Amino acid sequence: MVISSHTKEEVFNILSVIPDPEIPVVNIFEMGMLRDVLISDKGYEIILTPTYSGCPAMGVIEQDIKMALAANGVFPVTVNLVYDPAWTTDWMSEVAKQKLKIYGIAPPLHSSCNQDIFANNIIKCPRCQSGDTVLLSRFGSTACKSLYKCNDCKEPFEYFKCH
Amino acid sequence: MTEQQALYKYCLILGDNALIHSYRLSEWCSNAPILEEDLALTNFSLDMIGRAQALLSYAGKIDGKGKTDDDLAYRRGEREFYNHLLKEMPNGDFANTIAKLLFTSAYEYYFFNELQHSADKTLAAIAAKTIKEVKYHMAHATDWVLRLGDGTDESHHRIQKAVNELWMYTGELFETNEATAILEDKNIAVDMAVVKAKWKQEIERVLTEATLTVPKDQYMQTGGSKGVHSEYLGHILSEMQYLQRAYPEAIW
Repeated sequence: MVISSHTKEEVFNILSVIPDPEIPVVNIFEMGMLRDVLISDKGYEIILTPTYSGCPAMGVIEQDIKMALAANGVFPVTVNLVYDPAWTTDWMSEVAKQKLKIYGIAPPLHSSCNQDIFANNIIKCPRCQSGDTVLLSRFGSTACKSLYKCNDCKEPFEYFKCH
Repeated sequence: MTEQQALYKYCLILGDNALIHSYRLSEWCSNAPILEEDLALTNFSLDMIGRAQALLSYAGKIDGKGKTDDDLAYRRGEREFYNHLLKEMPNGDFANTIAKLLFTSAYEYYFFNELQHSADKTLAAIAAKTIKEVKYHMAHATDWVLRLGDGTDESHHRIQKAVNELWMYTGELFETNEATAILEDKNIAVDMAVVKAKWKQEIERVLTEATLTVPKDQYMQTGGSKGVHSEYLGHILSEMQYLQRAYPEAIW
């Protein structure tokens, strides 16, 4: 089989700029979704893990990966979804968390908060940093977020749930 | 029944349960009592459709005849679906939907906690992923059962009625069959006695705290794992499968 000659690092570099379709300020590598690139005599196998099992963004991401690699002459490519180990917000890089905050989404606290998922953790407002916030809705516009309101600056904001 | 056939059936049971419950919850979209609840129920529905996708894709692989998750969802007849009858029951009022969600999510929480130790690596991985999501479903359902049960006379009456009416569909959740027996020997399937004990304890705890009466076990409905369903599944499938039946091979 004819395969292109790209190194793992080159492939990673191409893929790392692909944004998360739902939160375009972070890319799939920073989010911890892009797990590995395996190169064999069968070509390039991209290992992805879904954030939430029903996340509709996964299909888009798979297409984006195929298009980005095709545009850079990387072939043949297969994208494989793996569930093990299960994705956790702990894999989100510090850089990604900062970007989320600037974008207006409160980044996830450490995943240990997942032990008691509706415990009253203090979620700081990403705009004014106030800790005086209130939960409006446990579930938000996407599977990964809930909706809060800041009592100080009065702005509503989203919180990326621990997972 | 070979081990391969047993595993195929096991995946279909799990996949169909997720798919049909997901379908019912999706019917709440734009109909829930408040916006936040609309978001919650459809979020759960989305989690379940993701799980159904993973399980039905895997079922297709085991079967080895090139069937995709979509083929299995859209091209099987009613008698080839193996979901529990509880999942296909109509939504009823909000209390009814919440009682079903409590019974199901508590069951799934304990079930997938066991399944994550399965000797089948794919099932174990899907289970580990599912637990994280089901925790939210269970916490949400528990919260509502407590609020409705310990709320007004009307809400108490409605949630008690829902619990009583759905109780006869909970026995089926813990049934074993030829497939589970084969897979349990290989440490692939879950020991249902363990799940049942934990489920019962948790449900009794929640219902008691909600000032509700725990129903007595009487006649339990059965049939799902044999493909024998209530009148409701056919109506679900006629709507869900319409497009693929009318326009075979239609794609986006």
